[in-house]
Amino acid sequence: MTGDELCIPIFKRLRQDGTLYPVDAAQRQSDDARGGQSQDTTSIERDPIEREKALKIYRTMLFTRVLDERMLAAQRQGRLSFYMQCTGEEATVIGSAAALEDDDMIMAQYREQGALAWRGFSCDEFMNQMFGNERDYGKGRQMPIHYGSRDLHYMTISSPLATQIPQATGYAYGQKLAGKGQCTITIFGEGAASEGDFHAALNMASVHRVPCIFLCRNNGYAISTPSCEQFAADGIAPRAFGYHMQSIRVDGNDVIAVYEATLAARKIAVETHQPVLIEAMTYRLAAHSSSDDPSGYRSKKEEAIWRDKDPILRMRNWLEAQGWWSEEEEKATGDQLRREVLESMKRAEKLAPPALDTLITDVYDTPTPLLKQQLEDVKQHIRKYPHAYPKGAASMGFTAQELEDSRKAHQERLQRMQSPKPVEGHQLVESHQPVDGGQTS
Amino acid sequence: MNMLQAINNALDIAMAANPRVVLFGEDVGVFGGVFRATSHLQDKYGRERCFNTPLTEQGIIGFANGLAAQGSTPVAEIQFADYIFPAFDQIVNEAAKFRYRSGDLFDVGGLTIRTPYGGGIAGGLYHSQSPEAYFAHTPGLKIVMPRNPHQAKGLLLAAIRDPNPVLFMEPKRLYRASVGEVPEADYELPLGVADVIREGRDITLLGWGAQMEVIEKAAALAEQDGIDCEIIDLRSILPWDIETVCDSVLKTGRLVVSHEAPLTGGFASEIAATVQERCFLYLEAPIRRVTGLDTPFPLVLEKEHLPDELKIYEAIKQSLNY
Ligand SMILES: Cc1ncc(C[n+]2csc(CCOP(=O)(O)OP(=O)(O)O)c2C)c(N)n1
Repeated sequence: MTGDELCIPIFKRLRQDGTLYPVDAAQRQSDDARGGQSQDTTSIERDPIEREKALKIYRTMLFTRVLDERMLAAQRQGRLSFYMQCTGEEATVIGSAAALEDDDMIMAQYREQGALAWRGFSCDEFMNQMFGNERDYGKGRQMPIHYGSRDLHYMTISSPLATQIPQATGYAYGQKLAGKGQCTITIFGEGAASEGDFHAALNMASVHRVPCIFLCRNNGYAISTPSCEQFAADGIAPRAFGYHMQSIRVDGNDVIAVYEATLAARKIAVETHQPVLIEAMTYRLAAHSSSDDPSGYRSKKEEAIWRDKDPILRMRNWLEAQGWWSEEEEKATGDQLRREVLESMKRAEKLAPPALDTLITDVYDTPTPLLKQQLEDVKQHIRKYPHAYPKGAASMGFTAQELEDSRKAHQERLQRMQSPKPVEGHQLVESHQPVDGGQTS
Repeated sequence: MNMLQAINNALDIAMAANPRVVLFGEDVGVFGGVFRATSHLQDKYGRERCFNTPLTEQGIIGFANGLAAQGSTPVAEIQFADYIFPAFDQIVNEAAKFRYRSGDLFDVGGLTIRTPYGGGIAGGLYHSQSPEAYFAHTPGLKIVMPRNPHQAKGLLLAAIRDPNPVLFMEPKRLYRASVGEVPEADYELPLGVADVIREGRDITLLGWGAQMEVIEKAAALAEQDGIDCEIIDLRSILPWDIETVCDSVLKTGRLVVSHEAPLTGGFASEIAATVQERCFLYLEAPIRRVTGLDTPFPLVLEKEHLPDELKIYEAIKQSLNY
C-alpha cells in the first residue's frame, strides 16, 4: 500500500442538522470500549451524553465563543495586546475535556481555553491573566492566553511548541506510579506534531506504557502553513502504528464523537496503561492569532465551507431535537454571557499591575543575593526617574503628581538638548567632578 | 527602506546572484514569513528555492546542515530566537564543528541562520529573548547583529557569502521602526569588524543591534553634562573586534557595555574580561555593564527589566564620577 492509498476513516456521530448517524461498526467498537455500557447497539435513540452534561458542554462552548469574540474586539480596540481564538474547534476541546475526570491532568498548547472553562476557570480568572494584573496567577509574566491552574489540573501554557507533549508522558508515568487511576491528556496542533518532541513523547509513552491521551487538533493550518506542507502522509493518526499505540481519527466538529472517543481512550489509558492517540479533524475558523491575517494564504470559499460545519450550531441542532434547548434560552444565555465578559473585562483592566518585587520572585524558590541586589538597583533607579517606569513607580507608592513632576523635569532636559550645547572643554571629566548633585559610587 | 525591506532586498540580491541560495523555514513561503522578511521571494524564485518547512527547528537546521555540506547555500529562518533551542544541537555540535571534526573534508560554510531576537515588543517570556551569549560560547560559528537597515543589508549579504556558518540575529523591535537610506546596489559590510559610530574623548559606550539606538540616546543625555561619548557598535559578536574596542578604551579610559540579555554570563562579561586584561593600567573606572536582570524576560514589568537610555546614562555618570 502506498502512502496515497492510506486513508483511515473518521469516527462520526452527529450530522450537521443535529441528527445522529445510524450506529455502525465504529460505533459498536466504541461501545465495547466503554465496557458494554450500552448493550443495545441497534438503538440510535439513547442519549450519548446525558442532559445535564450536554447542557454544560454547550454552555461552555457558547462561553468560549463569546469570550473569543469579545477579546478579539478588545484587542482591536487596543485594550489587550494579543489574543488567540478557539473558534471552530470548540467541540474538539470541550468534548474531550468533558470525557475526563476532574483530576486528570490537561497539558494544552494554547488554543484550548474551552477545556479550562469546562473545568470551571471563571471569567475573572481568564481576564486577570489576559490583563496581567496583580491577580494573574502567572504574575503578569506571560502574554495573554497563557493560562494555568493548579486547582483545576491545567498545566500553565508554555509558548515553545510541543514541549508539553513529552512532559505529558512523564506526568502520566508519575500518575501510573501513584496508582490513583488518573491520566493525562496533552493537546497539540498538527503543526506541533512535526516537532521532535512529539515523536520522542510517543515513543517513550508506548515503551513505558503510560496512561496518556495524545489529542491532536488537526485544524488544517499552522499559522500560514497548510497541513499538506506539514506532512505528506495521511495525517497524524497513522503515526501511532509505528509506535505500537492505538489511535482513532474523529470528526473534531462533532462533540459527541470526540466525547465518546476520549471516553474510550481514557478507559484504555487508565485500565491497561497504554497511551492512545486521537486525531480530531477540525478547522481553525479564525485567524491564527490577533497578529495574523489569513486572507494572505487561504480562500474565503474554503472558510465558508467550514463555517457551514460550525460545531456549536451542530450541537445546538441536536439539543433542540432532544427538546433540551430553545431559541429563547439561546438568546438569554448569549446576552448574559456577553454582559458577564464585558463586566469582568472592565474589572480586570482596573486592577493594579503585579508588584515590582515580582520581577525577581519565582526565578528560584527564593531570590538569590544577586537578584535582591538587582531589584534594589532597579528601585533606586526608579526613584530618580519615576515617570519612565510608571508601573514600577506605582508599585513603590509614587503619586500621579510625582510622576508628572519627574516627567516635566526630564522634558526640560530634553528641550535643552535641542538648543546648541554650551560646552567647550571637558572640565567635568578632567577634574572628576560629580555631574549629578554630588552622588558618587 | 525599513529593516525588513532591507533584509528582503538582500535576500533577493543573494538569490539572483547565486542559484544555489535556498531559503526555507516556518511560514517563509507564500506568506513571506510572519514578519514578511521573505515576501515575494517564492513568487520570484519558485517553490524549490523558497519554501515552508514542517514545524521542526531541529529538522530545519539539520536539513540546512546537510544542504550546506552538499555545497548549496541555505538561508534558514528560525521564526523567533526564542525557538532556536530545539536546533541547539544541530547548531552547536554540528554546524559549528563540521569543518573541524572532518579535518576540512566537509564543511557547512554556506549556512546562514536568520532569526529575530530581542524585547520591547510586549512579547513576554517567549518572544523577547536575546540568546547570543549561548552561541558565542561556540567556536566555529559567526554571530552577527545589525542595528539598522543599511547594516542589515550589507551584513546579511556578507553573512550569506561568508565561508563559515553564520547566525544572523535581527532586532525585531526595529524591523519597521528603523528606517534609513539603503543603496539599491549589491554591497557587503565586513564581518568581525566593529563600527565606530561616533568618536569621543571621555568614555566608550559599546553595544550591538537594537541596543545601539538606546546607547545613542544615553550619549545625547550625557552630552548635556559635557561628557563626550565614543560610541561603538560591535556588529559581530563572534568573532568580535577586540582591537577597535581596546583602542577606544585606551583613549577614553572608560567603558560601558550594554545588552538586553541577562547580566550573568552575558557577552558583556567576555568583553569586560578581555578589556581589563589589555587595558588595565589605562582604566579610570571599573567597566560597567548595563543589562537585563538575571531573570527570564517579564511582560508587564518589561520596562523595569530592560536596559534603557536612562539606565545607561546613570552608568555613564557613575563611571565619570568614580
Ligand atoms: C518551537 C516553536 N516554534 C515556533 C513557534 C511559533 N509558532 C507559534 S504557533 C505556531 C503554529 C502552530 O500550529 P499548530 O501546532 O498546527 O497549532 P494551531 O495554531 O493550528 O492551533 C508557530 C509556528 C513556537 N511557538 N514554538
